[in-house]
Amino acid sequence: MKDTLNSSPPVIEARGLNLVFQTADGPVHALKDLNLTINRGDFVSFIGPSGCGKTTFLRAIAALEHPTDGTLTVNGMSPDEARKKRAYGYVFQAAGLYPWRTISGNIRLPLEIMGFSKADQDARVERVLDLVELSGFGKKFPWQLSGGMQQRASIARALAFDADILLMDEPFGALDEIVRDRLNEEVLKLWARTGKTIGFVTHSIPEAVYLSTKIVVMSPRPGRITDIIDSPLPKERPLDIRDSREFIEIAHRVREGLRAGHLDD
Amino acid sequence: MSLRTTVYPLLTVLCGIVAVWYAAAVWMNATWVYDQAERSGTTVSFAEMVPQTMTQDRPLLPPPHQVGAELWKGLFGQAVTSKRSLVYHAYITFKGTMMGFGLGIVFGVALAMAIVRFRVVDMSVMPWAVISQTIPIVALAPMIIVVSSQMGLSGRDLPKAIIAAYLSFFPVLVSMVKGLRSPDQMQLDLLKTYGAGEWATFLKLRLPASMPYFFASLKVAVAASLVGTIVGELPTGAIEGLGARMLIGSQFGEPLIMWAALFAAAILAGLLILAVGVLERFARARMGVPA
Repeated sequence: MKDTLNSSPPVIEARGLNLVFQTADGPVHALKDLNLTINRGDFVSFIGPSGCGKTTFLRAIAALEHPTDGTLTVNGMSPDEARKKRAYGYVFQAAGLYPWRTISGNIRLPLEIMGFSKADQDARVERVLDLVELSGFGKKFPWQLSGGMQQRASIARALAFDADILLMDEPFGALDEIVRDRLNEEVLKLWARTGKTIGFVTHSIPEAVYLSTKIVVMSPRPGRITDIIDSPLPKERPLDIRDSREFIEIAHRVREGLRAGHLDD
Repeated sequence: MSLRTTVYPLLTVLCGIVAVWYAAAVWMNATWVYDQAERSGTTVSFAEMVPQTMTQDRPLLPPPHQVGAELWKGLFGQAVTSKRSLVYHAYITFKGTMMGFGLGIVFGVALAMAIVRFRVVDMSVMPWAVISQTIPIVALAPMIIVVSSQMGLSGRDLPKAIIAAYLSFFPVLVSMVKGLRSPDQMQLDLLKTYGAGEWATFLKLRLPASMPYFFASLKVAVAASLVGTIVGELPTGAIEGLGARMLIGSQFGEPLIMWAALFAAAILAGLLILAVGVLERFARARMGVPA
């Protein structure tokens, strides 16, 4: 291990990545010639219209899909090996909490499967509940919580086993704008406190620009990267940064990238 | 919940049934009254006929109060150990029902697990499970009893339980297959990201997710098990249980005995379903379902 963050090896690296689904209507080219490097501590957003492969790419990182061609490494290993090393936590669009388990019980789920000791489980549950500001809600059942709180609980569940990569697939897509703004702020705080590498799939340009250090713009048919933007915004980001000139400029560039992807439609 | 929404609707239907029942009793038992009158060379008016349809020893259709009296006599009129006590016979039937119910649950759940796990089992066994339910149990019951006595099994407990299980495993099987398959792709993917194996996926996700389906099937299964047990008590030779009681009533021309046994069976069914309902509510509360 080298001593500075910048010189450490990339966390996620894709080279010439292709992924083709065989469907009844013939092959679908979900990802075409993807090249991308994600470094430790990056907050990377994937943005693009439906069918651009952003979710597929995230799933490939998590070894839920397997590339047909090219290389993909996570912490220098194959995604399958990285899973065994508990390299990542995954947050889906729906909170997907088990209705028959309490909030604590839900967060405990990965810990039980991975075989953490009972005392360790308790300590971890308390810690991540505090991290997502749900202390005191551990004994509640999911239906007793609002949608935003449920999604926070599912983030806590993904954090419980100390994965250093957090993969989030449109985690706030189903929530209203106000709740979404708050959760965006909280995710940034969480990111600052934990120093995790975050991969974040979204439909929303403001969300992508507000959160990310790196924005990956993608376009469909076949799914490919049209632009990679390294954000010049500071790490410290109050909500009103969204009215600043830089913010608007980046948002503009993202929009241009999205439009370019559609020119050949 | 008020009386208006719970008790009144039930009472209204009950009153309707009793009224129709009395009318039917008058109509069906009148034939006997008119025959008697003709034989003795007298005539009876309608007003004279009606009371006579209510008190016959062997009515074609016993009116409610006669069945009620016979049921009362059977339940409370003698020691519960007496061979004439309906409590005694109901207990025999209850025992058989519970054995068949237990056997049906074990068999149904085990088969459902195999079907969900192995595609081969799904394709080969599931159609036969469906076909098994198209064979009338009345045709099958005597065979099961004959075969089991051929195999040297003494007593009727086991064959009765097998017949009951034959009926009760099916609803459990169908519901459990559906329940074990109910988790969606996202939930399965989530467990995959934890590196969960098949057994962990079964224990942590599939099994708990199937519980609502399981409890819903128990009510049907317990009723089917009771029917199976009663059918198992019908073939000649049985002397114990509500089924045997019904058969005796019918063979010896004692409709009151038959009807009383029928109602005892209905009460037993009601109690069993009630008990399963309580069990279900308890389980739901434990699994965090809002009351």
